[in-house]
Amino acid sequence: MSEAPTNPMRQAIEEAIAENPVILFMKGNPDAPACGFSARTVSILQSLGAEFAAVDILPDPRIRQELSALSNWPTIPQLFVDGELVGGCDIVSEMYQSGELAQTLGLESPLGEESEPAAADGAPLTIENRL
Amino acid sequence: MSATPEELKERIEAGIPGAVASVTGDGHHFSAIVSAPAFAGLPRLAQHRLVYDVFGAEVGDRIHALSIQTRTSEPEEAR
Repeated sequence: MSEAPTNPMRQAIEEAIAENPVILFMKGNPDAPACGFSARTVSILQSLGAEFAAVDILPDPRIRQELSALSNWPTIPQLFVDGELVGGCDIVSEMYQSGELAQTLGLESPLGEESEPAAADGAPLTIENRL
Repeated sequence: MSATPEELKERIEAGIPGAVASVTGDGHHFSAIVSAPAFAGLPRLAQHRLVYDVFGAEVGDRIHALSIQTRTSEPEEAR
């Protein structure tokens, strides 16, 4: 009755990405990151006051395997906003410095002037949906 | 069989047409600055993917971490 053999892990990851507007897949958790890249990404998000869900990929190697397969991105951490991969630590850091990250997250950039609370709905996403 | 910055540099430059790479690293964690005409017009995510694609499954495995900065070389149109 069921279709092709389902992949519960992949499905769980897809659901987590769909259900959380901002979600970070990382090594360790925000209180105890297990890798410098994850730690830096967490601290950037926290410094912007962003609310985010976090998934520790370390407990089960299949999490990373399935995540990378669906995101087409080999490294951890991976930040998703509104279902789209934003990038890993390098891209998040660059976007933080340029103010783009706050914009992507719908937050005011601490670097810039007060900006109008952007009408985030329907904001154009330039990243191609790869899922 | 740890990787070397020289190996990564050569493979990036061979794998992406016109690329110039500068790579540092300790055999496991690497940092690459790559400029290439091929990056022009691509979102940053896609630029980084081009670099990761050179190494495929080696990233995260043999190459434990690869930090990337990309630059577009020879901007053809300045507006």
